[in-house]
Amino acid sequence: MPPATASPALSSPSPSPAAPDKRLRIIDRTMRLHGYASHALIETLHAVQEAFGYLDPDLMRYVAGRLKVPLSRVYAVATFYHFFTLKPPGEHTCVLCKGTACHIGGAAEILRQVEAMLGVHAGETTADKKISLMIARCLGSCGLAPAGVFDGTIVGNLTLDTVVNKLQEWRSHDADHRKSAGDCENRDRCP
Amino acid sequence: MTLTIENLQEIAKTETDVLESYRYRINVCVAAGCLSCGSDAVKASLEEEIRRQGKEKACRVRAVGCLGLCAVGPLIDISPLNVAYQGVQPSDAPDIIGSLTGAPVSRLLLPTDHPFFSRQKKIVLENCGIVEPERIESYIAAGGYEALYQALRQMSPRQVIDDVTASGLRGRGGAGFPTGLKWTTVYKAQQADKYVVCNADEGDPGAFMDRSVLESDPHRVIEGMAIAGYAVGASRGYIYVRAEYPLAVERLRRAIKQAKQLGVLGENIFNTPFAFDIQLRLGAGAFVCGEETALIASIEGRLGRPRPRPPFPAEFGLWGCPTLINNVETIANIAPIVRRGGDWFAGIGTEKSKGTKVFALAGKINNTGLIEVPMGTPLREIVFDIGGGIPAGRRFKAVQTGGPSGGCVPAQFLDMPMDYESLKDVGAIMGSGGMIVMDDGACMVDVAKFFMEFCMSESCGKCVPCRVGTAQLFGILERITAGDAKIEDIDTLKELCDLVGAASLCGLGQTAPNPVKSTLRYFENEYMAHIRRHHCEAGVCAMGKAREDTA
Amino acid sequence: MTSNASIPPKPRTDVNPARIYTLRINGREDETILTVARQNGIDIPTLCHLDGLAERGACRLCIVEIQGSPKLYAACVTLVKQDMDVITDSPRIRDYRRKILELIFSERNHVCSVCVVNGNCELQNLAVKLGMTHVRYGYLNLTHAVDASHPRFSLDHNRCVLCLRCIRVCKDIEGAHTWDIAGRGIHARIISDLNQPWGESETCTGCGKCVQVCPTGALSEKGKSVAEMTKRPEFLPYLQMMRKEAEP
Ligand SMILES: Cc1cc2nc3c(=O)[nH]c(=O)nc-3n(C[C@H](O)[C@H](O)[C@H](O)COP(=O)(O)O)c2cc1C
Ligand code: SF4
Ligand code: SF4
Ligand code: SF4
Ligand code: SF4
Ligand code: FES
Ligand code: FES
Ligand code: FES
Repeated sequence: MPPATASPALSSPSPSPAAPDKRLRIIDRTMRLHGYASHALIETLHAVQEAFGYLDPDLMRYVAGRLKVPLSRVYAVATFYHFFTLKPPGEHTCVLCKGTACHIGGAAEILRQVEAMLGVHAGETTADKKISLMIARCLGSCGLAPAGVFDGTIVGNLTLDTVVNKLQEWRSHDADHRKSAGDCENRDRCP
Repeated sequence: MTLTIENLQEIAKTETDVLESYRYRINVCVAAGCLSCGSDAVKASLEEEIRRQGKEKACRVRAVGCLGLCAVGPLIDISPLNVAYQGVQPSDAPDIIGSLTGAPVSRLLLPTDHPFFSRQKKIVLENCGIVEPERIESYIAAGGYEALYQALRQMSPRQVIDDVTASGLRGRGGAGFPTGLKWTTVYKAQQADKYVVCNADEGDPGAFMDRSVLESDPHRVIEGMAIAGYAVGASRGYIYVRAEYPLAVERLRRAIKQAKQLGVLGENIFNTPFAFDIQLRLGAGAFVCGEETALIASIEGRLGRPRPRPPFPAEFGLWGCPTLINNVETIANIAPIVRRGGDWFAGIGTEKSKGTKVFALAGKINNTGLIEVPMGTPLREIVFDIGGGIPAGRRFKAVQTGGPSGGCVPAQFLDMPMDYESLKDVGAIMGSGGMIVMDDGACMVDVAKFFMEFCMSESCGKCVPCRVGTAQLFGILERITAGDAKIEDIDTLKELCDLVGAASLCGLGQTAPNPVKSTLRYFENEYMAHIRRHHCEAGVCAMGKAREDTA
Repeated sequence: MTSNASIPPKPRTDVNPARIYTLRINGREDETILTVARQNGIDIPTLCHLDGLAERGACRLCIVEIQGSPKLYAACVTLVKQDMDVITDSPRIRDYRRKILELIFSERNHVCSVCVVNGNCELQNLAVKLGMTHVRYGYLNLTHAVDASHPRFSLDHNRCVLCLRCIRVCKDIEGAHTWDIAGRGIHARIISDLNQPWGESETCTGCGKCVQVCPTGALSEKGKSVAEMTKRPEFLPYLQMMRKEAEP
């Protein structure tokens, strides 16, 4: 039995000051909807990730206590499923598809170049916390291979140029608009 | 208030009357492919333009599902003119609306007598591009939920199963197991609680059949599941869908809600004692969760690691209860089978493979997209007539079917009929319907390595042959593509393929060696060229000298 | 004994008959092939199986053939059936078992000469028993750190074979569920709690059961030097029985 956990001291995981209680309420709602049953673990982790962008250890502890799931089991589930991430994502997320159609369409080379350009491997975030580079195993848009997702928007028929342009745009856009937040095209993630 | 067939007919009639009161129906594809090219903006600008030209009474813009030719989206289609446009941009709206009464806009025209459209036979996709996926009325107007009514009010569960058995339908999730037989097992299980699970995990990287069905015609899946529930005696259903398909998830949620409101889900459906409820469960990025025991574990909130079978889920499944697990496409075939009878379905296809199959054409082919053809259609017809052949004047090399569990079909088998048995004979499998076409620019060793990397990173790690074996296989393939392999490595490769295939616990490990085995069978010379001459004919693998040069 | 089994007099001719053990099974259908075979003095190698723990069917060393089926079955998780002919040993099975064992050795890092359980290791014994002389596969050498944070025990991932006996005993017998497995595939790894050092685990009671059931030198008592560590997993069937009795 995991020890009963008191409400965790939430270190705000993103620079956003948005009230953590509101996001916690979303998570509570999901658990309540499933009657705090242990089988709601994956659904709850989805809710956590949606609200916070990643799975913070304190939140995993919180969920474990509420659903009465062992801590080690929560960690196991969080790391078994690749959709979950334990690290805070960057301001922008670039997902490149590494499915078969995209591979045949030259995705491997694009990925190699982008990794070199950003200086990170797939699954990592740049040191300035600006861009997270992810890979997906097919987005279901194989007809448009190679495909990717830029801050939640699927883009098809990618070339190295289009990807690089997009990444440059993110970098410079943010440099220009550092102060005018709220003007960001991805308001869900970008504070 | 309980729903009656009269209510259904009334909804259908109202819907049809309203539609027919418009002179032109402009159908805009809002499935994921076209959405990602901006079809929502196209739809908005068409509506705006109609308002501007004051044609609201004559034109109606409808948001429909995938029309198939996703590669040239956004696609729109205008009925009753029988005109289709490709690559439409918001700025094209004035021309399109303006031309309704005159000649079509020739620069956007997509010929509708194109073999891509004329050679297909649609059952699963019959509503895709026709009904509006976000409106249940639209599905009902296309005859939706009539099959459920028929099953509940006019047939016994046994009769429904007999029809499915007579249809000869086989599972579309990969293994091709006879659906009627599976239903019978669950039907016979003596337990009060039973479940129906729809496998919408579509893990094959390069396949998007299920996605299209879910996004374009979600109610068909709900209806099929309810019929299955009635037949096997289950009152709860789950749809396990990939989290990577947010649009499918959203449309399913909406569809389930509408179905509950209308009363085709819930208690006393069509005034019978039958009750059925469907819940959605999201995957979280694990291919192995498509395997049925792992899928069950995942729905139960656990790690998606397969367990040994038997016991099979049909006897011991979700929460330990008898559970029917079927693929999306399998379930999408159910309503038409009930509506038109098993014999009608059995009349389509080949002797052992009945009905149609949806394929996702991708890779080096002109018409990438979704197609549905009768089982047994020759591969050549699919690739060259429907698919329009290979782009840029290059040569066809092979198609890969069945994804990471499948194999490749080289050019000498182009005249082969596409059915379960023929594919198996040449060392490939039907799989779920992903078809990746490769031209002479593809290196088959690289393709084998690609799939092995996939299996290695998707292995759940439970059993040794798969966990370590796939890593070893990948290592050998990596050496070969880097020009660092020895000739003995080929023997080790073959032996390991044999071991991993024979000794692994679940289907993932058991089939992981297939892409290697099949490329070795037809393209061993490429392996040899890599090893002996450090040469990659396709120029994909940077090796030996070339590697040092770039370093 | 309710099952009666015998080595039947009809040897196969397509393989060397001297090495084939066939088990003809009649009787109870709620026992595994492994149980029945052992009751009849026929040996089947195992690694993830341990008397007293839930079965897992993961190491695949106990694979056997069943006459009439092209597939292989793990003896520890396959229930016997009336008139089932089981081939528990044949050149093909031996070959597979040896290769599986070699895969295990190729995965991490086993240097017996410096290992605490040298001479008392189930993995080592299996290598002797199956006649493994070398590892034909390249070493993956996925090296990991050693967790020596626990006051009494230590965990050396390099010797771990992921049999998950520790997880099962801690969860099902001790009831602490301190261990679980993080990641998947070749990157899978044993972790305690939220991937904390074992010594900082909030749930571990320090009972030492996991150490006793671990078949290798992965889990050991501190202070033992090379070849000093022996394990006593025999308490398990007794504990399991007692736990069952205690259930309402
Ligand atoms: C590793 C693995 C992955 C699978 N992935 C899928 C999948 O993504 N979708 C699917 O429908 N079936 C998948 N299957 C097959 C299912 O286990 C199961 O056989 C199928 O859903 C049964 O439905 P059917 O009889 O309608 O084909 C997979 C099997 C294995 C072994
Ligand atoms: S074959 Fe692979 S995926 Fe299947 S149980 Fe074994 S390790 Fe897991
Ligand atoms: S755990 Fe066993 S096999 Fe591994 S090094 Fe120690 S003694 Fe050798
Ligand atoms: S010492 Fe006991 S409680 Fe601690 S991890 Fe091992 S088995 Fe679990
Ligand atoms: S630590 Fe020991 S008992 Fe636990 S999985 Fe590794 S080898 Fe098995
Ligand atoms: S393979 Fe990339 S979208 Fe399917
Ligand atoms: S997504 Fe529009 S045609 Fe397929
Ligand atoms: S002992 Fe049977 S699989 Fe490990």
